[in-house]
Amino acid sequence: MRILIIEDDNEASEYLVKAFREQGHVAEHAADGLAGYGRASEGDYDVLIVDRMLPKMDGLSLISGLREQGVETPALILSALGQVDDRVKGLRAGGDDYLPKPYAFSELLARAEALARRRVGPKGEETQYRVGDLELDRLSHKVTVGGQDVALQPREFRLLEYLMKHAGQVVTRTMLLENVWDYHFDPQTNVIDVHISRLRSKIDKGRENPLLHTIRGAGYMIRDGAR
Amino acid sequence: MTALGKLFRTTAFKLSIAYLVLFSIGAGLVLARVGARVKEVLDEQIEQTVDAEIRALSEQYSQGGLRQLASAVERRVRAPGGSLYLLSSHSGDVIVGNIEAPAFTPSGGTELVETTYERRGEPGVKHPALLRLFLLPGGFRLLIGHDIEDHEVLRGILRSALGVSLFWLVLVGSLGGLFVSYRMLERVDEMSASARRIMAGDMHERLAVSGAGDELDRLAENFNAMLERISGLMAGLREVSDNIAHDLKTPLTRLRNRAEAALRAGSNDSEHREALAAVIEESDNLIGVFNALLMIARAEAGYSSDHMAAFDADAVVRDIAEMYEPVAEEQGVRLDVTAQDGLKITGSRELLGQALVNLVDNALKYGATGSDRRIAVEAGRVGDRVEIVVSDRGSGIPPSDRERVVGRFVRLENSRSRPGSGLGLSLASAVARMHQGALRIEDNAPGLRVVLSLPATRITAGPPARIERA
Repeated sequence: MRILIIEDDNEASEYLVKAFREQGHVAEHAADGLAGYGRASEGDYDVLIVDRMLPKMDGLSLISGLREQGVETPALILSALGQVDDRVKGLRAGGDDYLPKPYAFSELLARAEALARRRVGPKGEETQYRVGDLELDRLSHKVTVGGQDVALQPREFRLLEYLMKHAGQVVTRTMLLENVWDYHFDPQTNVIDVHISRLRSKIDKGRENPLLHTIRGAGYMIRDGAR
Repeated sequence: MTALGKLFRTTAFKLSIAYLVLFSIGAGLVLARVGARVKEVLDEQIEQTVDAEIRALSEQYSQGGLRQLASAVERRVRAPGGSLYLLSSHSGDVIVGNIEAPAFTPSGGTELVETTYERRGEPGVKHPALLRLFLLPGGFRLLIGHDIEDHEVLRGILRSALGVSLFWLVLVGSLGGLFVSYRMLERVDEMSASARRIMAGDMHERLAVSGAGDELDRLAENFNAMLERISGLMAGLREVSDNIAHDLKTPLTRLRNRAEAALRAGSNDSEHREALAAVIEESDNLIGVFNALLMIARAEAGYSSDHMAAFDADAVVRDIAEMYEPVAEEQGVRLDVTAQDGLKITGSRELLGQALVNLVDNALKYGATGSDRRIAVEAGRVGDRVEIVVSDRGSGIPPSDRERVVGRFVRLENSRSRPGSGLGLSLASAVARMHQGALRIEDNAPGLRVVLSLPATRITAGPPARIERA
């Protein structure tokens, strides 16, 4: 994916550009709000990563300016302010996701990929997800493994639904907490882990090539292990 | 500005003057109206009297002609009273009467005319009167009327009453106004002086409350409450910075040591990796502590009200319990949840969630480690409050430590070996205070019982509120 990083801290942006390139992405950098605004409105990017406090034009004005212009490139806001109301302000300004500093690169990568995927993905939401022999029907709330019904609790269903929606992508614990439970605080890491292992015991039981993978230091990913 | 100038500029003084003017105008209007009405009534009375006299006299005249009329007038002239008569011939010769010819002779008609007359034997002294002319055949003229000197007296009384009352009104009003303004100014000056002393740095100074329970007292009380809060916040801030300095140095030192050790000794790649992973883990802990501290500070500073919304506390309780249920099960702990429906409170759902996570996490870490591994999470309405209780059946906290344990970074001796920042209960308590509630730590006999007591949002009867368009 093509990423534009708008960040005034040189060291941080160099690190980000390098880290994204290592992951096989195209990353560019703008050092202030105005330059970032110009490049974002002209260039074709999959994701914008915008620092909230920028010289010349702050991150929130930049994003709301782009939205007014009709530029709908997904934007992820990076901020030293991590409180709930700051997040709300960021999302109101037209941001699509919000990540407080300091963050783990794996978290940023997972979120950026999720945003980029959302952009190229089909417009309408799919009603059925399928990974290997695992199938989830969002309308009938039915989950089957190899044609066999699997009984899931409502929360387990939503967890699996989110993972399958992002099949092939890393999903972090905070992403799960935000999207499945709708809370934005620091999870006690093992809380999510325990839910995942419960889910795993239901869908990956006795499987040679499990579908639900733990990505060390990052989160989880569901993918067809046989392929 | 001079002291007097200051006095004249007070709101109280300006108000007194404004009221004074209003009252004076009011008093003037009332007295003028009374005067006019009195004159009207008296004039009417005279008119009736004069009418009656004319009727009686014309009867005399028609019965006995001029002679009988003259003698009737004669009789009346001698009777005491303010009635005036003058019967004169065509040529102006006076036949009988008690007045000289008036200054102005009214023309014949039914109208009473106000004029002046002179009494017989008192030439040159004019008296006011109401007179009416009655023309008789043969050119005789009969003037009948009434002295209205007493009307003037009455009017004078009214005028002087107005003057006297205005005098007292102005005197008492302005003195009263000055007195009230002076008292007011004195108290405001006193408050200003206190405020200046507080600004100069004496945070223990408070505004004086007179005890009268008036609006200034209420203002002073509220300002004092505000000062109390500010002092509390400042003390908290100082305490936090002390604690941060103290408690963050330990993990920072550890972090530094690890990095240093890795740099010095580690020569192979896997050792480096291990050391780096440890360093990252340590920094994550530090960030966690920072975040918790920031969140406490935010909650204590009060949340911006546009992010306070009504929500169901019971839903949050169920969410968090559901979130922790598998964790509890894995640790062999039974987690029981009982929550009433529709427990509406106003505040931050996120922060309440975080507070509950901390309480449940504490219970799992410290409360459910003995033989009786049960944790109960209950939520219900108690009066006008919503109470959320997290209780365990562990070793509890001795009463002497219960107050202390809510403080930041406080970790009791027996828990220091386990991971934790000592901020969980502080955060829960800050969240409770932010919602105008309180965190209570009680004995569950055995075990610990932590109660989050929050004011319930009053649910108004009637149709549900309209949903605003997004």
